[in-house]
Amino acid sequence: MAQLPFARKEQRVFWLLVAAGALAVAGGLAAAYAMEEHGHSITGMSNQVVWGLPHVFAIFLIVAASGVLNVASIGSVFGKPAYKARAPLSGLLSLAMLAGGLAVLMLDLGRPERLVVAATHFNFRSVFAWNVFLYSGMFAIVAVYLWMLMEARMNPYAKPLGLAALGWRFVLTTGTGSIFGFLVARQAYQSAVLAPMFIVLSLGWGLAVFLIVQSAIYAWNGLQLPAPVQTRMVRLLGLFVAAGMYFVIVYHLTNLYWARQVAFERFLLLDGEVYPWLFWSGYVVLGGIVPMAILFSPLPRGPLAAVAGSAFVLVGAFAQLYVFIIGGQAYPLEIFPGYVAKSSFLDGAIDSYAPSLPELLLGVGGLGIAFLITAAGVRVLRFVPQDDFGSHPAVLAAED
Amino acid sequence: MSAGSPGPSRRALLGAGAAAAAGLMLAPGIRLVELAQARSAGEPASGRVRWGMLIDANRCADGCTACVDACTQENGLDSAIELRQRPQWIRKVELQQVHTGRTAAAPVMCQHCADPPCVDVCPTGASFKRADGIVLVDRHSCIGCRYCIMACPYKARSFVHERLTEQKPDVPRGKGCVEGCTLCVHRIDRDRSPACVQACVETEHGAMLFGDLNDPSSLIAQRLRATASTALRADLGLDPGVRYLGV
Repeated sequence: MAQLPFARKEQRVFWLLVAAGALAVAGGLAAAYAMEEHGHSITGMSNQVVWGLPHVFAIFLIVAASGVLNVASIGSVFGKPAYKARAPLSGLLSLAMLAGGLAVLMLDLGRPERLVVAATHFNFRSVFAWNVFLYSGMFAIVAVYLWMLMEARMNPYAKPLGLAALGWRFVLTTGTGSIFGFLVARQAYQSAVLAPMFIVLSLGWGLAVFLIVQSAIYAWNGLQLPAPVQTRMVRLLGLFVAAGMYFVIVYHLTNLYWARQVAFERFLLLDGEVYPWLFWSGYVVLGGIVPMAILFSPLPRGPLAAVAGSAFVLVGAFAQLYVFIIGGQAYPLEIFPGYVAKSSFLDGAIDSYAPSLPELLLGVGGLGIAFLITAAGVRVLRFVPQDDFGSHPAVLAAED
Repeated sequence: MSAGSPGPSRRALLGAGAAAAAGLMLAPGIRLVELAQARSAGEPASGRVRWGMLIDANRCADGCTACVDACTQENGLDSAIELRQRPQWIRKVELQQVHTGRTAAAPVMCQHCADPPCVDVCPTGASFKRADGIVLVDRHSCIGCRYCIMACPYKARSFVHERLTEQKPDVPRGKGCVEGCTLCVHRIDRDRSPACVQACVETEHGAMLFGDLNDPSSLIAQRLRATASTALRADLGLDPGVRYLGV
């Protein structure tokens, strides 16, 4: 009966949250309309930084959409019951974030009304064109996978579908990493390590989102996640964060080894305006060291630790993407090696990009789309993990 | 013009034309400005031709922006938008060698690569290369994703950040699309050289030479044969159609 007050106002709180999500989406749509009406002149983007804050949000959502499905993969493909019960929620989050990320990408296009051109004209040498198929294929596979998971008589097919989804999302994140990795002309990108780096980062970002949503759902329903499940998932997130940092370190060390890349690394890591600060404080400390300290702490891990650790991981994700995407473009291209160059077109100059309100609103609108899809899905269908209420140590021990 | 109105006589006009033609021709068969071969409407560009340019940084004069100004005027690129967002199809880059302090300057524009990365990455095929080597953007199928700008090693493309008015009929442009130097394809198809080259010739600096790289008798091919030239970012192996001297 102690929960009665919340139960009574639960409906109202739910609709309040939906309204907040809808407001975020409306803000995003308004921003997209303004950008369509006035052009990208109202953004902070330029002819040097052509991908700005919306791309930080979009790439975060798309990469995390791939990673969050890892929970389902561990359940379906590797047969871990604790994860299997979470597979539907993982699939829903994957679809929701993919939809949010793609919406941001599409609405940021210079000509979003020409989406039909992108869907009917393909240049198969373009990584972007591959991604059109990878993203739509991901939607289809995850939708069918969810059907197999949630329809009892289709359950036997969940494993092969889970395997297909596992393979597909590796290819998808490889594709997202390759959008940058194939840019041979740019100091910041042009690296084969970016594809595996994005895959590993996706695992951490996706699991962090999952843990936050899962904690919220449990708290909402007055339930408690069994401690062993909590511990296992939290520790797994810590491992993913460590693995992600390893790849980031390799990426920067590789650049530092090449003489021609040293100036760029110096810009990014030492003296490049906001970028070193974001990298060291945002990614390394807040997004790496702090969450690992929380997640690997020997102290008992309650839901608060999971949420706090995950939130720090997400702060780090945004900081890192900002440095990677925007810092990577702000640094000038080296067209004349051995010369100091200057021109009216910012040759040899750092671009002073500052994100604008429409860009922020568009990005937050993408988060709003993901939130609304998740909230509606969890409300209407059976996405809440089902096995915990009767879970007991014997089941969990059997997993090991 | 009415029959009785004052103005240049037909003879004077013909004389001036002949003088101009003579001025542009150094010797029989060798001209300072190579004339493009006009094509009739509907006739496709020929793969036998590869248009290119040779830019001599040693001759690019201090303070001269004739090529940039001509491009702006020819293509209607005038804009009041802040410099960071303003389209620039050609810009003059001032250079200072780090170790020697030697200074030079050179215009940089789309290098019309034989293997253009912008064409590779364009998801819709809006970025394309004509048979005669000119790299263009189809304004009808560009979705404004800017991936080509990310891929271009020369920073040669611009994104149209603002609404456009009073466009030149020969040079269609559009808000939300990517654009770049067309090598004045509309002039080339009418037997004229690009506006920037024409302007450079008129200043008598002679820093820009335009012509058919595939024609061994063209002045540009002869100069390239006789003098060591540089391709910008030659390490990328893109085989640009624009070559440089003195950088």
